Amino acid sequence: MAIAEPLVKLTGIRKRFGRNEVLHGVDLEVDRGEVLCLIGASGSGKSTLLRCINHLESPDAGRVIVGGEHIGYHERHGRRHEMPERLVRAQRAGIGMVFQHFNLFPHLTVLQNITEAPQRVLGMNASEANATAHDLLSRVGLADKASAFPKSLSGGQQQRVAIARGLAMRPQLMLFDEPTSALDPELVGEVLDVMRGLAADGMTMIVVTHEMGFAREVANQVAFMHQGRIVEQGPPSQVLGSPTHERTRGFLSKVL
Amino acid sequence: MTTTSTTAPAGQDDDLVVPRRRPLRWIGIVVAALVLINIAYSFITNPNYGWETVGKYLFDPRIISGLGTTLILTVVGMAIATAIGLLLAVMALSDTRSLRAIASAYVWFFRGTPVLVQLILWFNLAILIPAISIGIPFGPTLWSADTNSLITPWTAAILGLSLNEAAYLCEIIRSGIMSVDRGQTEAAHALGMSRTLTFRRIVLPQALRVIVPPAANEAMGLLKYSSVVSVIALPELLYSGQLIYARTYETIPVLIVVCIWYLVVVSILTWLQGRLERRLGVGFRTTATITDTGRWRRWLSPNH
Repeated sequence: MAIAEPLVKLTGIRKRFGRNEVLHGVDLEVDRGEVLCLIGASGSGKSTLLRCINHLESPDAGRVIVGGEHIGYHERHGRRHEMPERLVRAQRAGIGMVFQHFNLFPHLTVLQNITEAPQRVLGMNASEANATAHDLLSRVGLADKASAFPKSLSGGQQQRVAIARGLAMRPQLMLFDEPTSALDPELVGEVLDVMRGLAADGMTMIVVTHEMGFAREVANQVAFMHQGRIVEQGPPSQVLGSPTHERTRGFLSKVL
Repeated sequence: MTTTSTTAPAGQDDDLVVPRRRPLRWIGIVVAALVLINIAYSFITNPNYGWETVGKYLFDPRIISGLGTTLILTVVGMAIATAIGLLLAVMALSDTRSLRAIASAYVWFFRGTPVLVQLILWFNLAILIPAISIGIPFGPTLWSADTNSLITPWTAAILGLSLNEAAYLCEIIRSGIMSVDRGQTEAAHALGMSRTLTFRRIVLPQALRVIVPPAANEAMGLLKYSSVVSVIALPELLYSGQLIYARTYETIPVLIVVCIWYLVVVSILTWLQGRLERRLGVGFRTTATITDTGRWRRWLSPNH
């Protein structure tokens, strides 16, 4: 039996902003159904790496492969050509993303926030989109908030809506960019609970986080980034429990 | 169950804070009222206002026709200016340097020259360019016409006013678009939405909230400065009035008629602005509009 291809495969990702190279060739693999937590100090390149996966940032070198597809580039005659925007959009539609500051659309109701993209990007009809949205809202525990506007919700509720919005596109992969960092401490739990549920349902997730408890409990893999490189990677018991790299030990002694 | 009794209602009343007395407010209100009464009294009793003459000209066909011209100039001018202004704003925010340069050159020129001069230039376009033709540059001509037959006072007025107004609206629309958080665009892109869909459904509705108040200002400004088209002999509201009092010497009453009509139109525009702002404000917690007249009674109460 052939060994299953990893769902996400990054090789040699480099990214520079102006003269400052923030990713110096990152390799990463995530299997289907796996949860990977990216940890590291701010400025270590975690978020940039995450944003390269759905091409919100275009890498300067290296390959991003999700579900066997090159993201953002065609491979032709051994050279890579940037894709037309239309094709990048179709790829992005299959990758959900949750942001630190939720980025819900304030002028739309919770329901409209969730149904907008399925209807206009996937061409789902209104009744199907609404039914999906209601299902997802009850899944994140907000069935009664469908007609509310985002501003009237707490941060934790907004982030749960943002997760439902991402799931409505039926993604094969979910990216989380510090999903609990902007929340009051008492609201962190409800968002992590939803994410725990997602992981239990077999969703493949890459999570940039500072929540070490969550990483220890839910992640299959933890990768520690430092200055644009992954310096240590493995199961949480190993990376968080007995780190071998000096940088990892230094970082963990500050956050644990 | 009876250990703690709630405070008796009477005790609660005793506990309320008595608001501070504000005698100066009362004096201010009395002084302001006296001044207002004085002005009103003068309006009514001073014969120089010529209220009967005002009544005579209020619905005069020449005035109404002038009002119609002013309204058409404002509405058509604003519509064209909005379309061009939106295009310029998108160009000004583009990643392409040459498009940004074109937009800023446009704004620089049209904001930098008096609209009066622009109008006269458009009206005399035939001096610069005797014939206008559509065709492939340096190639065959598909259509051609004499400039003088195309540039009537109407076309010159609409061109002059809208091209000038577009420069101001460009800046207003640009600031509106910039006021929308970048995260909104990123979230839409991450959901697979295209750039045009993101702009139309996510960015523009939020930008409009910022754009509408200053754009309404511009519409009211255009309503009044459209009177400069009198230099190219197009009788709009003010010029129609001037034509009347030039013969009858009823200067003040006729100008009052003109002002009444400007005020009527501005009132309607203000009301429309308030409605629009309330609609766009949905989902945003605080939306103060200047037509919030529901509580006018409270203005009269000194301790509101």
